[in-house]
Amino acid sequence: MSGELVRSSLGSLSYDPAPESASLARLRERYGLFINGTFTNPDEHAQFASLNPATETTIATVAQATSGDVDAAVRAARRAYEDVWSTMPGAERAKYLYRVARLIQERARELAVVETLDNGKPIRESRDVDVPQAAAHFFYYAGWADKLQHAGFGEAPAPLGVAGQIIPWNFPLLMAAWKLAPALAAGNTCVLKPAETTSLSALVLAEILQQAEFPAGVVNIVTGDGNVGAALVEHPDVNKIAFTGSTEVGRAIQRRLSGTNKHLTLELGGKGANIVFDDAPLDEVVEGIVDGIFFNQGHVCCAGSRLLVQESIEEELVWRLERRVEQLRVGDPLDKNTDVGAINSAAQLARIQEISASGEVEGATRFTSSCALPEKGYWFAPTIFTNVSQSQRVAREEIFGPVLSVLSFRTPDEAVAKANNTTYGLACGVWSEKGSRTLWVAERLRAGVVWANTYNRFDPASPFGGVKESGFGREGGRHGLEGYLDV
Amino acid sequence: MVARAVDTVSRGTWMSERLDVRKTYKLVVNGAFIRSESGRSYEVVDASGAFLANVAWGSRKDVRDAVAAARAAQTKWWSTSAYNRGQVLYRLAEMAESRRDEFAALVAASEGRSSADARTIVDVAIDRVVWYAGWTDKVAQVFGGANPVAGPFFNFSLPTPSGVVGVVAPASSSLAALVDQVLAPLATGNAVVALASHERPTPALLLGELTVTADFPPGLLNVLTGTRDELAPVLCSHEDVDGVDLSGVDDEDVAPLALRCAESIKRVVRTGFNGEADSLRRLRGFLETTTVWHTVGQ
Repeated sequence: MSGELVRSSLGSLSYDPAPESASLARLRERYGLFINGTFTNPDEHAQFASLNPATETTIATVAQATSGDVDAAVRAARRAYEDVWSTMPGAERAKYLYRVARLIQERARELAVVETLDNGKPIRESRDVDVPQAAAHFFYYAGWADKLQHAGFGEAPAPLGVAGQIIPWNFPLLMAAWKLAPALAAGNTCVLKPAETTSLSALVLAEILQQAEFPAGVVNIVTGDGNVGAALVEHPDVNKIAFTGSTEVGRAIQRRLSGTNKHLTLELGGKGANIVFDDAPLDEVVEGIVDGIFFNQGHVCCAGSRLLVQESIEEELVWRLERRVEQLRVGDPLDKNTDVGAINSAAQLARIQEISASGEVEGATRFTSSCALPEKGYWFAPTIFTNVSQSQRVAREEIFGPVLSVLSFRTPDEAVAKANNTTYGLACGVWSEKGSRTLWVAERLRAGVVWANTYNRFDPASPFGGVKESGFGREGGRHGLEGYLDV
Repeated sequence: MVARAVDTVSRGTWMSERLDVRKTYKLVVNGAFIRSESGRSYEVVDASGAFLANVAWGSRKDVRDAVAAARAAQTKWWSTSAYNRGQVLYRLAEMAESRRDEFAALVAASEGRSSADARTIVDVAIDRVVWYAGWTDKVAQVFGGANPVAGPFFNFSLPTPSGVVGVVAPASSSLAALVDQVLAPLATGNAVVALASHERPTPALLLGELTVTADFPPGLLNVLTGTRDELAPVLCSHEDVDGVDLSGVDDEDVAPLALRCAESIKRVVRTGFNGEADSLRRLRGFLETTTVWHTVGQ
């Protein structure tokens, strides 16, 4: 077949829906808080709805914790720390964590459906990334629990005590795993605060902790709005705050903790540059760019939201990219064929719309996929801005949505300068067949993660975290223990 | 007889009471010794209250100039090989060694110590410089490494410097504390803007002077003197400062400075001066980790 024929037949291909069953989620109608090993009675709390962002229907209602509830959770964590967890041999803590890892695998399909219903992400991603990575994190850190003396922090590194952990809505279960697994392995007890719009997978995780017969109070989960997180940050008996979320909130937390003895790690926003040199294999590059910015609807702090392309290939790459983006299937997150799911909330959708509108006002050229969008739910079609200058909002602000800004460069020096021209420093990508140049660029990028000829890869053994205003501290790997040890 | 007569005429007691040549200690900024742009200076006295030296009284503009110099120097410093960085820091120890007497005299006068105690402090401080010099080419191996990820990738973590680090030295210690606070970030590839003790600044300024003969890139270590109330807030608010060591700040004074640090998410280190655990905390405190994933394939 000629190229033209291939293109036209590809263009006419359509897929029948292949939906996963929502009933696999087995959710309760109402949830209490998970404190001291048991769920509180939902009737004791004000309840708020957790919506499916793809349909705007209520999946379950969740408890709004009060500061008194947070206090009860911290007290339970303190008791568990003093009486059980800090004195338990590391090998025993390890076995509890291994149990959790296994149970996540056992309930993987259920968890994937819960995550997709609550978050709006494609089932393909929750099934292939979020849930297996969450299990892998518990597996990885389980093995550290009885080997802390070999982690490079001295012969007997001590835990910090009670850790307050506040996580975002973009990878709800995975972020819970990133926070809990290293903290527990190091011997801390935890009070976890899920994001307001995505509490459900953490509450299923609470059931898993019960199944694993975790000692009461070692992990407590308090749901609700930002006031719950604030109460946790301010609680006098919390030794450590670990936060993942926006730079704005991270800054507020650092302010609150200034002058206190509480330990803090922050994993904040980003405006990742994906740098493409003219010798890079363009087919792979296109897939990498798509993974970089449209994975998880662009709700990724390390998203490759700025494409920096060498000038000589800009035109061709943008043409290929727009053609590829036109093929992305946007819609029902439960459909196994879906590439791009629903925006997590009305508020986030409004923010994406607002910044995207500014891109047009400020003179950038907008390309938006012509894909059909469902009538109900929160949706934003994949969008690419070209003719972007560094001063425009679409090049500077974290959009946290499926919106890519394209800038160009001529020399490696210019690529590095533009990539680093941001207050953030979380992640970057480099695409080139020339290893020496890739490493040269990687050495000069001020970022916590550099992906070379790939993007958005995660692994429990790989430290993740930012520099500059993307935060401090690392999650993953041996480095991830440091934030939970008194070293 | 004649010579003696001349002596009597000129001074009378010159053998025992020579009129001393008083030194003005200047700021060390960008490898130069400058008066404060504000034109101010202040008198430093020794522990007994006797005049010790005139010292420049730095301003917020001096802090900003020092940060700009440090930023430029840091790029150069980090592009130097770890081996060479070690040599430069070791050279500082060599320079300090040859000025032991001067350091000891200043420490003794500043802190009101016996010369034997002051000598011990100086010797320990110089040995600390040697210790830190040896870290430059160990940092990557001790704090970094390869990560066994599940996939066709070679994945490694490189410790990288935070960038520009501000140091606030304690009021009481004239040399020992500052050496730890300054050398740790230098050894990990950072550039430093140090605010010396207001009351006891001269040993720190001497250390700053030695950097010029120790092949430090200009601006790598800047030493400022002045009042902490005026300068520390500027250092903590400066958006191009990546981290600060506030170990020299008392408990009751730290909160407002730390609050300023939050505005640009600065790394804040505050720890003691009690041995290796504190030194390692300082080494790690201004290190970032950059993790590189590279595809592996045929």
